[in-house]
Amino acid sequence: MSQPFRLNKEGLINRNKKISFTFNGKKLFGYEGDTIASALIANGIHLVGRSFKYHRPRGFFGAGVEEPNAKLQVEFNGHSEPNVNATEMELVEGLSATSQNCWPSVNFDVGAINNFLKMFFPAGFYYKTFMWPKSFWYKIYEPFIRKAAGLGVASIEKDKERYEHKFEYCDLLVTGSGPSGLASAYAAAKNGAKVILAEDKPRFGGTLLTDDVSIDNLSGKDWAEKIITELKSMPNVTVKNRSQVFGYYDHNMLVMFERVSDHLEKKSKFTPRQRLWYIRAKETILSTGSIERPIVFGNNDTPGIFLSAAAKEYMKVYGVLVGKKPLIFTNNDSAYETALEFKKNNVEPIILDTREEHSSELIDEAKSKGIDIRFSHGVIVANGYKKVKSAKIGKLNKDKNSFEKIETVDCDCICVSGFWTPSVHLASQSGNKLKYEEKIDAFIPDKKKQHETSVGAANGSFTLEESLKNGFENGSNLSAKITDTKTEITIPNVNEKKYGAHDKLWCMPLPKNENPKRFVDFQNDVSVSDIEIALREGYRSIEHVKRYTTLGMATDQGRTSNLNGLQLVSNIENKIVPEVGHTTFRPPFTPITIGTIVGREVGMEYMPTRKTPMHEWHKKNNAVFVDAGAWKRPRYYKQGNETLFEASKREAKNVRENVGICDVTTLGKIDIKGPDAAEFLNRVYTNAWMKLPVGKARYGLMLREDGIVMDDGTTTRISENHYHMTTTTAQAANVLSHLEYYLQIVWPELNVNVVSTTEQWAGAAIAGPKSRDMLSKLYPDLDVSNDTLPFMGYKEADFFGVPSRIFRISFSGELAYEINVKSDHGMFMWEKMMDVGKEFGNQPYGTEALSTLRIEMGHVAGPELDGRTIPSDVSLNGLVSKKKDFIGKNSLGREAFNVESRQKIVGLIPIDRKSSIPEGSHIVQDQNGKLPNPKLGHVSSSCWSVENNNPFSLAIMKDGKNMIGKKFFAVSPLKNKSIEVEVISSHYVDPEGKRVRS
Amino acid sequence: MLYIKCPYCGLRAQKEFSYGGDATVKRPNINEEVSNEDWDNFVYMRKSPRGKHIELWQHIAGCRQWIKVQRDTATHEIFQTAKVTEEIR
Repeated sequence: MSQPFRLNKEGLINRNKKISFTFNGKKLFGYEGDTIASALIANGIHLVGRSFKYHRPRGFFGAGVEEPNAKLQVEFNGHSEPNVNATEMELVEGLSATSQNCWPSVNFDVGAINNFLKMFFPAGFYYKTFMWPKSFWYKIYEPFIRKAAGLGVASIEKDKERYEHKFEYCDLLVTGSGPSGLASAYAAAKNGAKVILAEDKPRFGGTLLTDDVSIDNLSGKDWAEKIITELKSMPNVTVKNRSQVFGYYDHNMLVMFERVSDHLEKKSKFTPRQRLWYIRAKETILSTGSIERPIVFGNNDTPGIFLSAAAKEYMKVYGVLVGKKPLIFTNNDSAYETALEFKKNNVEPIILDTREEHSSELIDEAKSKGIDIRFSHGVIVANGYKKVKSAKIGKLNKDKNSFEKIETVDCDCICVSGFWTPSVHLASQSGNKLKYEEKIDAFIPDKKKQHETSVGAANGSFTLEESLKNGFENGSNLSAKITDTKTEITIPNVNEKKYGAHDKLWCMPLPKNENPKRFVDFQNDVSVSDIEIALREGYRSIEHVKRYTTLGMATDQGRTSNLNGLQLVSNIENKIVPEVGHTTFRPPFTPITIGTIVGREVGMEYMPTRKTPMHEWHKKNNAVFVDAGAWKRPRYYKQGNETLFEASKREAKNVRENVGICDVTTLGKIDIKGPDAAEFLNRVYTNAWMKLPVGKARYGLMLREDGIVMDDGTTTRISENHYHMTTTTAQAANVLSHLEYYLQIVWPELNVNVVSTTEQWAGAAIAGPKSRDMLSKLYPDLDVSNDTLPFMGYKEADFFGVPSRIFRISFSGELAYEINVKSDHGMFMWEKMMDVGKEFGNQPYGTEALSTLRIEMGHVAGPELDGRTIPSDVSLNGLVSKKKDFIGKNSLGREAFNVESRQKIVGLIPIDRKSSIPEGSHIVQDQNGKLPNPKLGHVSSSCWSVENNNPFSLAIMKDGKNMIGKKFFAVSPLKNKSIEVEVISSHYVDPEGKRVRS
Repeated sequence: MLYIKCPYCGLRAQKEFSYGGDATVKRPNINEEVSNEDWDNFVYMRKSPRGKHIELWQHIAGCRQWIKVQRDTATHEIFQTAKVTEEIR
């Protein structure tokens, strides 16, 4: 069980705790503190996946968030997750990782044939190759692309993990705990500011963990530990590791993704897996550091090729060698540190430096240690298929466009450094227009649009001294403005190595007659030639080139490819990089799980559930519920093996013949009070309200200003200046806002107050010919005769000891009453009604029966009041006053609203009196008519008329009532039905409305 | 997510508010004659400026007051908020 590439003592891992895991079925082990990547490399495994397009073997390239290749399918804690970054995911006991995008295995992948067919997969190949013939698309091309493309496999299992959302406010958010981040957080904390310090890795310190520096005579790592320990002890500071700030939104709101327990072997039941933080920060310090960029050369995607800083991080943090015969290929000084680190661990590197021979502190040190340095040299092409075996290297001429000498050297890894790219993603997301900094060949933040300040490497300062100074000063100044306190801090003494100037070379030339693939973007398999083709084909805007070639897309968002892509485009176009510009950075900076975005809002918690006070009774009595907005309403009460159709028919029939009760608590209720209440209602409703007496209800219709019906309902005058308005369940919230709008903005002179009382009252409707008999039993002391409590009458009375309101209103078209009691008494009322109603054959009825009853009566509801109809469309023009003004009145005169042929409400019955007409059916003259077959209207509501024992529907139809007696077809392509129908009146039952007044 | 200062409740997250459109539109007086053109302008015609815009928001999950917000439609910068009875200049 030895690990051939593990160093004996280097690293920050816990060698006392072994962790076993599997990779592609093979049992392996690592140590606590390893990532999947470091553990695999320690075991000498580099081939971990196949590339997206050509299925070329791919290995690790980075050591953190910059990794473009090593995305694995990982199973742990009982769930399977695709596209997990192997360089970020910490090792946990029992974890099982498998390669993606390869079949049948990563070692032998059939798709690799694409690599030899690459002439068929040039830039834009999706657009070109799979166009013709059209009929091939669904059956051949699409399934092929689906299988070949894409990365991992999403699990179809239910996610059993817990995810959380958290809202936080702070004075200063610091994103990244490298030297500048630590300094900023520390200075701000000392000023008493509320600080959040976020670090995406498990360990704090950033480059301090890997760079050979000292601060105040402490090593970088020890200094970082000292600062973090002090910050953690301060009550005004929140320090978070494993937390990636991935989005910068408006008004300084940032979103952070915290991996709470993915690294834990055991956790308590309520520990979330991951947590999403919404952080509103007064100021933000972006100390996101920089990412090394590669130099482009032939076969630069071969496993065993690393960024040089990643190779150093594997040694210093994980005690792992990425190879034992390394080539260091660089255009700058920073890679010399990697070489020195190899040397320290008794590995002999060869440095290929594209610059001409010169001297600097690091070069001199490398020389003095006897490291083989070859100036003006670079890698032309890497040899080896599944792992680097050797490299063809060349001595560059003075112009660096051809070679003076070419030779092949053996190696088992190549560590490449093409200088550093500041991580400006968050700054860019905040609206900061970036500027190109010639000195470092990269973009840095420019003018800010929000309260953000980039410090350290993220701002293009690559020395420790500058970064620390930058951090301390900005942290102190920004927080002092907020806290009004300024604590003096002495900037510590720094000991670091001075870097010489870098070389601008970013892509190696090719010798004549050689044409290996040179990749710019590893994750999307975009090579130099792909971008050349795109430009040759006329793509100019960098945004277009990105989309055509897929350069810089997908999960790594071009973190290592972006600038080289821009360099290439600018070279071909003979422009400079700032003229080409850069593509837009968008959140998320790094992939986050869907579970985190969703948080706790799943299943029953997807939205709040509103239950009426009688809910438990309904449940006990086999109610099948239906969602009405957030409300749960009984749809029907199931008896035995009844279907929905049978049950609703039974319930509706019982209302027509005996009496039924229905829970109407969900109706919107608005209390309206004030001396101008009558005037207000008169303006809000289309009909007249000034003369409604106390103790009477009235049906009202309200419009929007454009004349369209907004809602309907009854409003009752409780006392002189007090009204009780009801709205439909669906429109309750909108109507309240609507009323508030007019009272607060349009007519503030009206002395009226409105408040929602929907939840204060429990409501039950008693409907049916026997409802008066039942009511008299419920109120033995009350005169409920038609004379004292007529249709649209109102009374307040004692209901077995509790106060109640009785409204004689009807939605079902039967003789009916609605009783309201305080919510707390709802269950008491309901049970009493069920008890007292027995002798009258009382049964509860649900929304399905309720719909049946209103449809056959021709009462309109949501499907007819669908935001397109005006009062005359739904036969409610009788409610529109000609005498007074009201909201929307002026719109009713519009020409289109007064065309005779306008679609209006009618009734439909099937000719065969048997076939139910699907809701949403189109009405056409000729069911076999030529397309486009003119649509004359649509079916809005359908039911089985219990009164006439046949189907009946309401429809909104051209020419409306003029069509009565004519025959048409109701066609539903969705249900594949075509039913011959006859047009009749929309009032199918009791058209004179005698029953409600009986 | 915007951060809106309700003149009654203070700074609150956007999710507590609902949007109500252009605050400078004035409804023609009730019970007064209005030309078709004026009415159509009130109901349908809205400017869609890029830049400063005075608009209505309602603090629906708070005090339920309608308020005025002066906001830049391109950058979302909020310059001023006020009660509907107050002027924004």
